[in-house]
Amino acid sequence: MSTATATSTATFASALNTAMSDAMEADESVVVFGEDVGTLGGVFRITDGLTKRFGTNRCFDTPLAESGIAGTAVGMAINGMRPVIEMQFDAFAYPALEQVFSHIAKMANRTRGRVRLPMVIRIPYGGGVGGVEHHCDSSEAYYAHTAGLKVFTPATVADAYLMLREAIDTEDPVVFFEPKKLYWSKADDDLSTLREAYESGTESSRLVGAQGQAVVVREGTDVSIISYGPSVSTAVKAAEAAAEDGISAEVLDMRSVVPFDEVALVRTVEKTGRAVVVAEAQGFVSVASEITARIQERCFHSLASPVLRVTGFDIPYPAPKLEEHHLPDVNRILDALDELQWED
Amino acid sequence: MDDPVTTSDPSHAKAEQGSRIFEASRSFGITPEQYMLPAQQQIQMLDPEGALVPSDEQGTGPGHEYPIPEAEVLLKAYAALVAGRRINDQNYALVRQGRLAVYPSSHGQEACQVGAALCLEPGDWMFPTYRDTVSVISRGVDPLDVMVSFRGDWHCGYDPKEHRVGSMSTPLTTQLLHAVGVAHAAKLRGEDTVVLAMCGDGATSEGDFHEALNFAAVFEVPVVFFVQNNGYAISVPLSSQSVAPSLAHKAIGYGMAGEQVDGNDMVAVLATLRRAVHLARENSMPLLVEAVTYRMQAHTNADDETRYRDREEVEQWKRKDPLVRMQRYLTSEGILNDDAAAEITEAAEKVASSLRQAMTADPAENPLEIFDHVYAEPTAQLLAQRAQLDDELQRTATSEGTQR
Ligand SMILES: Cc1ncc(C[n+]2csc(CCOP(=O)(O)OP(=O)(O)O)c2C)c(N)n1
Ligand SMILES: [Mg+2]
Repeated sequence: MSTATATSTATFASALNTAMSDAMEADESVVVFGEDVGTLGGVFRITDGLTKRFGTNRCFDTPLAESGIAGTAVGMAINGMRPVIEMQFDAFAYPALEQVFSHIAKMANRTRGRVRLPMVIRIPYGGGVGGVEHHCDSSEAYYAHTAGLKVFTPATVADAYLMLREAIDTEDPVVFFEPKKLYWSKADDDLSTLREAYESGTESSRLVGAQGQAVVVREGTDVSIISYGPSVSTAVKAAEAAAEDGISAEVLDMRSVVPFDEVALVRTVEKTGRAVVVAEAQGFVSVASEITARIQERCFHSLASPVLRVTGFDIPYPAPKLEEHHLPDVNRILDALDELQWED
Repeated sequence: MDDPVTTSDPSHAKAEQGSRIFEASRSFGITPEQYMLPAQQQIQMLDPEGALVPSDEQGTGPGHEYPIPEAEVLLKAYAALVAGRRINDQNYALVRQGRLAVYPSSHGQEACQVGAALCLEPGDWMFPTYRDTVSVISRGVDPLDVMVSFRGDWHCGYDPKEHRVGSMSTPLTTQLLHAVGVAHAAKLRGEDTVVLAMCGDGATSEGDFHEALNFAAVFEVPVVFFVQNNGYAISVPLSSQSVAPSLAHKAIGYGMAGEQVDGNDMVAVLATLRRAVHLARENSMPLLVEAVTYRMQAHTNADDETRYRDREEVEQWKRKDPLVRMQRYLTSEGILNDDAAAEITEAAEKVASSLRQAMTADPAENPLEIFDHVYAEPTAQLLAQRAQLDDELQRTATSEGTQR
């Protein structure tokens, strides 16, 4: 990576790639491994060039076995490394779940904090890219439900860089969900400015911290649309469309599911008095359900209408030609906004 | 491509010149296949009566020779065997008295338990299972700290990093991958740490067993996989787990050497494991050792062994008791005398009585600690839940106070 000039354009993918190479540069104990991450640079090229730059001891291909990848990462973390492992696709992380649930999530608690596992599990997730079965799952709820894991999911290029750096430096294990449909999205972010901010410890460069920092990405006064990861951009588009109908919608990006920023959530809902929660995953027993429950518990007296969810249907992810019917889109969000008892 | 036998592409093959297996086998003057295959019969150095087996009948062969450990080491092993047996039986009794929640006993398997600890250097690592209490104690972890989990006070009571002993836990064979990762990290830093990765016979059917052996072999890391084949996985006999000629044979498919040893023969277990650890360290490659042994007591206190095995089978294994064999051998060799034996018994008794005392005392755990280690810094939600429990506890304390 040559040092970027002030007005360069970065993609979500290059932000993640640069975050890893900067972290490897900054800390010798950071190692990256997984399936095809070495010579090929990963099937999405997120680890492109890391082996070339840092050698096969720092970024390497493993045998094809997800439990093996996660389980050996546990051992590496026990023995002083900070592994960043890649699961090739959301649904192919499932063979690793025993290691994730029974050890990665529990090791610190089991050992009374004596063995912490500072590791990152990167998972490309979600749909909208025409992927076939097993390549489009939104599996964040499984991990968020498991105490001991942190769950991050960036929605912008700058957040991708800063949140991955923070994930790698976190003492707890972080499951890092990368919305695949955003990989090729671009922004006028200068990665070297972000690097400087992060490495000089600027407070504003820490986007999660111990308690989470949800961010208002669009201000509004009538309703809060709460979202995260791949759905944030859809929520913003819906807010823009709603503005044409005279509804002023605020959009909140949660950024992390764990830690969960209840303060920002309560702040926006108390301000607007209405809430719609948007997520790609099936709605039943989901992160969207959790957000909705929290709003009900904390903001009941500020609410002018029931809290609604706009999520994927409660079905296995559909085939590529049918996914548009499944994913929450602008119209479905606008329909939900219409239902928020505006009569008064 | 017309003749697949002669045109096999060398770049696709692994046990080629230059590979660790090739080099190791060449150093013994045997082929890679001969090196990887277990010796023709179980390695045994003491017969069931405790007499030394003539060296040409020990089951070893070229490339599979195992020197008998020094007298000093054997005496130390014997002391650990006696202590181990005492610990097993004391804990078994404590479970029946309701002082322990559970205790998976290794009564009968103590030679394996002790061998696993004594084959390692202080800088090495051990990854035990739930049944390996005696190994963990033999490695130097305070017995009371090990018992924390069986008493039900906390999941793991010792510091894994201080002792270089993984936290004992129950998801079968998951710890084998941790062992491989620890060894891999050490190798990347240029340290010559050997890791002993332990599991049972039934556990070899789990996927993580396979993945761990394969990762270890592919990354050429010094892990010794140590399988205690005690014949059963709870009620299921080995014949229902595997039809391989032996569990040691499983090594070959990964390009690793396997060895099978009499697991009730302290001398042979120690000799075989020490050699395996030495080879792993020298050549930076993994090996698999299967020890054939027997679990003399039920799987745990919750188990009814009469449903799946008969008394006769258990009685037969009694005759191969590792303690008796070792004691006879050491006495006949003049390594163990009456004074030493009395000292060893006394030391074991001390451990048992400290266990008795500690496990009958009321524990003083702090309920609020359940929130403290989930994350490096507790989340706001956990802090709120902690405050809730704290409040409940205080109200309970107050109402108990007013009732009195
Ligand atoms: C993944 C998993 N499945 C099932 C169990 C329940 N279980 C506990 S011990 C055991 C038998 C294991 O047998 P073996 O590996 O031979 O070890 P042994 O108990 O004989 O020492 C089973 C099935 C478990 N602990 N973990
Ligand atoms: Mg068994």
